[in-house]
Amino acid sequence: MEPVDRAIVNTLQGEFPLCERPFAAAAEALGIGEDDLIARIDRMLADGTLTRFGPLFDAARMGGAFTLAAMAVPAEDVERVAGIVNAFPEVAHNYARDHALNMWFVVATPVPEGIDDAIARIEAATGLPVLAFPKEREYFVELRLTA
Amino acid sequence: MNGPVETRSVDEAIVRATQAGLPRVPRPYHAVAESIGVAPEVVIERMRAMLASGAIRRIGVVPNHYRLGWTANGMSVWDVDDERVDELGARIGALPGVSHCYRRPRRLPAWRYNLFAMVHGRDRAECESQVREIAALLEDAVRARDVLYSTRVLKKTGLRFA
Repeated sequence: MEPVDRAIVNTLQGEFPLCERPFAAAAEALGIGEDDLIARIDRMLADGTLTRFGPLFDAARMGGAFTLAAMAVPAEDVERVAGIVNAFPEVAHNYARDHALNMWFVVATPVPEGIDDAIARIEAATGLPVLAFPKEREYFVELRLTA
Repeated sequence: MNGPVETRSVDEAIVRATQAGLPRVPRPYHAVAESIGVAPEVVIERMRAMLASGAIRRIGVVPNHYRLGWTANGMSVWDVDDERVDELGARIGALPGVSHCYRRPRRLPAWRYNLFAMVHGRDRAECESQVREIAALLEDAVRARDVLYSTRVLKKTGLRFA
């Protein structure tokens, strides 16, 4: 990774300015031009170095709700069940993990009352019980990684 | 001029217009303002307010951590004394390398763990050294622990709110 790209990744994960010409302001701090910064962010989005660029919203404070949920899926059935679970628009992330509870996913709905309903529909569609792990308390959420 | 209802609908319009990303043009907030039909100053002011309230966690680039070499992630889970979990959870969340730290309900008998801390590393060894740091911090308040490594990403899409 080029040093300038690395500096962009390491310094712009949360401090993108709120002003008329934010790229110009951020570019100046990086010692590059406004056009160059825009072009580099474009390129890193296109090549997959970045997954997003913009504001990160807190789902819960936007009136939406989400919960972590898990299922124990028979090993030979993971593909099929993942297909069913992933087809739900309410399922945002889904990870296979090495545990008896081997499928972990996030269920997100526009209103809090939607969570139980979505989980019931996932259980009905898969024929497997879903354990919900809603957060009771958040101590820290911030994923900032260095390049 | 802006009553609460109007402010909320402007905020919702900003969310809809930016949740897939900010326009990469010299005046991105002006472009957003134009697309939703409000003044640029309103977009900047409302986004500043949402940042202050926590509705926007942050604004910037989101790297693909796999691409950056952070390929290992473990969900460390801990059965921690209920009396001490809040105090200890806050300290664990402050450790570098821990990206998310939550208290969640136990689901007995299948699941005894009430504290979840995501750790990240370039390999499992880095994750494990972070898990050791957490264990050292928890000392005798922890009764059992496990680390669930992800073996495969089955689905990953951004959350959509509006």
